Amino acid sequence: MSEHQQSLEELQHIKKMMERSSRFISLSGLSGMAAGVSALVGAWFAWKRLHSTESETYNLVRIIETNGTRILDDLFWIATYTFIAAFISAFFFTYLRSRKDKVPMFGTATMRLFWNVAIPIAVGGIFLIRMMQNNEFELVAPGCLIFYGLALVNGSKYTLGEIRFLGYGMLALGIMNLYYVSYGLYFWAMGFGVLHIVYGAAMWMKYERNN
Amino acid sequence: MSLIEGLNKIFDNRIRLGIMSALVVNEEVNFNELKELLDITDGNLASHLKSLEESGSIKVQKGFIGRKTNTTYSVTKAGEKAFKAHIAALEQMIRSTK
Repeated sequence: MSEHQQSLEELQHIKKMMERSSRFISLSGLSGMAAGVSALVGAWFAWKRLHSTESETYNLVRIIETNGTRILDDLFWIATYTFIAAFISAFFFTYLRSRKDKVPMFGTATMRLFWNVAIPIAVGGIFLIRMMQNNEFELVAPGCLIFYGLALVNGSKYTLGEIRFLGYGMLALGIMNLYYVSYGLYFWAMGFGVLHIVYGAAMWMKYERNN
Repeated sequence: MSLIEGLNKIFDNRIRLGIMSALVVNEEVNFNELKELLDITDGNLASHLKSLEESGSIKVQKGFIGRKTNTTYSVTKAGEKAFKAHIAALEQMIRSTK
């Protein structure tokens, strides 16, 4: 082997070891797709529930005035089940991939990724809950998209860097949604559903299909 | 001549190179994580860590998590400097033999 080739291989080895020890690289594209499908199913249930009131409006405050607060409980449970389904299915595919890659699931890199994603999401969650307690519902969907987008951009330094683009997509949809607040559910389904699926499929094609 | 000087003998091994790569991008890494990362046996890893420690490239911290021992490793200033020089020498080598 030539010296040139040997040096090149050594540098590639260094790069690989640096990445594997500092980034959680086993995030599976299938996890993104599973989360996206969960979100679309959840959005469909929420849409059905909103339409079941025979109200002419999507304005939740007005729907509550005429139909009572039961719809809020129902929407809350739909959101909770959607989150649980998305989380478990996403965790499952990533767990499988980490087993295959022989990368520890709960190493330093994973914990770093976890905290950097969890902080913007937890703060955003508290903010949105306080907003709903003050009877402000219109900004919940764009709020979800924006805080989640920020969490992804922040987390991209600690996992596969491409997740940054998913974050930018969420942020763009969230900001657009701020100007068309009555279409919150559609923007939400577009972001959490369609973007997740597109991103997941692209990542799967790039990293996993040939393994 | 300077080319060869930059290439550090101590890093002239896949395992030791891997250990250094992981340590320069993390504040500290523990024994088990290094073992999983490099996919080698305890004894093999321990002997490479020993030689890196003796050369002054890394330092060892012994601690506990509950009752289990938790030995973590981090890179020294001198080790980081030597490792960067090693990478620069590799780069130089590639450029000059193109």
